[in-house]
Amino acid sequence: MAKRIDVSGLTAYYGSHKAIEDISMTVEPRSVTAFIGPSGCGKSTFLRTLNRMHEVTPGGRVEGKVLLDDEDLYGAGVDPVSVRREVGMVFQRPNPFPTMSIFENVAAGLRLNGSYKKAQLNDIVEKSLKGANLWNEVKDRLNKPGSGLSGGQQQRLCIARAIAVEPKVLLMDEPCSALDPISTLAIEDLIGELKERFTIVIVTHNMQQAARVSDRTAFFNLAAVGQPGRLIEIDDTERIFSNPSVQATEDYISGRFG
Amino acid sequence: MSNALVTDKRPSTLRAASLPKWTPYAIAAGSLALGIGISAAADLHSKIQWGLIAAILFVLGTYGIAARVEGRRQAKDRVATSLVWVAFLVALIPLVSLVWVTISRGVKVLNVYFLTHSMGVVADSEPGGGIYHAIIGSLEQVGLATLIGAPIGVMTAIYLVEYGRGRLASAVTFFVDVMTGIPSIVAGLFILSLMLIFKMQPFGFAGSLALAILMMPVVVRSTEEMLKLVPNELREASLALGVPKWRTILKVVLPTSIGGITTGIMLAIARIAGETAPVLLLVFGNPFINNNPFEGAQASLPLYIYQQYSQSAGANAAYDRAWAASLTLIAFVMILNLVARGIARWKAPKAGR
Repeated sequence: MAKRIDVSGLTAYYGSHKAIEDISMTVEPRSVTAFIGPSGCGKSTFLRTLNRMHEVTPGGRVEGKVLLDDEDLYGAGVDPVSVRREVGMVFQRPNPFPTMSIFENVAAGLRLNGSYKKAQLNDIVEKSLKGANLWNEVKDRLNKPGSGLSGGQQQRLCIARAIAVEPKVLLMDEPCSALDPISTLAIEDLIGELKERFTIVIVTHNMQQAARVSDRTAFFNLAAVGQPGRLIEIDDTERIFSNPSVQATEDYISGRFG
Repeated sequence: MSNALVTDKRPSTLRAASLPKWTPYAIAAGSLALGIGISAAADLHSKIQWGLIAAILFVLGTYGIAARVEGRRQAKDRVATSLVWVAFLVALIPLVSLVWVTISRGVKVLNVYFLTHSMGVVADSEPGGGIYHAIIGSLEQVGLATLIGAPIGVMTAIYLVEYGRGRLASAVTFFVDVMTGIPSIVAGLFILSLMLIFKMQPFGFAGSLALAILMMPVVVRSTEEMLKLVPNELREASLALGVPKWRTILKVVLPTSIGGITTGIMLAIARIAGETAPVLLLVFGNPFINNNPFEGAQASLPLYIYQQYSQSAGANAAYDRAWAASLTLIAFVMILNLVARGIARWKAPKAGR
């Protein structure tokens, strides 16, 4: 199910501005990879190049290769829509569709992509909500609007919506930054369960979180303001947080940055 | 002990003398009485002068009294508030008087007979007759114009917000701006020139075309604003689920903004429902009932009002009919607005638990 990602020589632009430069890394299947680094260093931009969301931004373009199990996402004739069905995404702010109920939100990815039988949809919605640890809280009000849930529940609803389409990879862009510690814990536990089935990439500003949930950690940095962001190093999380091979990583992690 | 006494006597820095709540009303009543008194004494006949004097007295009196009791800063605050109130009342006067006059003069002949009969066999100077033919004409012309104008307008707005980049988009925006400024008579003349080229007689659908031209830019503008209000995060959420862009627009963006778009379309309909000039040129007017908008002259409500005034040589019966038709037109537009509000409330994204 889960697929492996191989990035080589990836450079991304916003118009003429180079946001990230020459990034190469491998993301192992059925593992959690965390991206850390200061604001503006291109973590989120890099994440968005992994499911071709970067080009949704006006002026966004990409050079280099992203292989998903040996298939180049940026190869000729690749449809970004099918890429996004394989590589799902959860955003920083919970964004359930305001016109849809909880049920419809989870079913949205399937319904908008084709026709399903009602019973089939019921099964998938229940499975996805259980997968996102939300089923017990919402099973009695599936027809209520999704925007009536709390922030943490909304974010888990968005995760349920993302896993309902059965992607191979799940990208998470600071999924807990708008949430309180209890909801954050719920989502971190969930990430631990989801990595059995998906390849997970998570961007976070919270280094404890990276240390808690991830198997491997990548540190991004930029030389100066206006310069493109670069990948400084990627290694096992344990090594990055105890004995990183680059001085800048240690400075950032220990708070002696700058 | 003595220390506490001193503290008690020190004036508080947080409290200050303030006027009671009813003060503005008292000042308003006082200045109104004074204004009427002065005007009567000075033998002024115009009620407008009376009102102006009262308004000036109200603002000055508020400042004077508040400055004495509460201090200058509070006085300025009260003057600003009273100016807002005066401006509100001044703006309300024409609206209330228009509605009042229309209703009081319009109800005289407005009844079921009036709404269900035409002017076919009634001379313009005689009493009797009705506006059935004009209602039919208005509904058909405005309805057809909406069928043409609203979809084109909404789709143009979708193009501008979701797809438009570069030169073509800015050209479209520019021409929409230009179209917003087209006087209705010019839109009418444009269609009239086409009619003359093809040697056609006046008919309802020609009027619809001119009204559609007037309607489109209004729909584009309002729909554009509504689509821009849809958060980008919703579009990205949908795209990230692997939903193609066109389905994202159809199933996520439009449902989220449908309330506002409907309101915009209804307001555009309200605008064109009152247009007289293009109808005068292209539909010509017809005292008989003509249900077919594609052949032969028709009537419409604004045109009917105009013709009752201009062609009746001052007959009171015609004036009454014109007022009653005006009342019907206002009611029609108001019902449309209410419907739009209802749809907007019904379709608005729900936040309930």
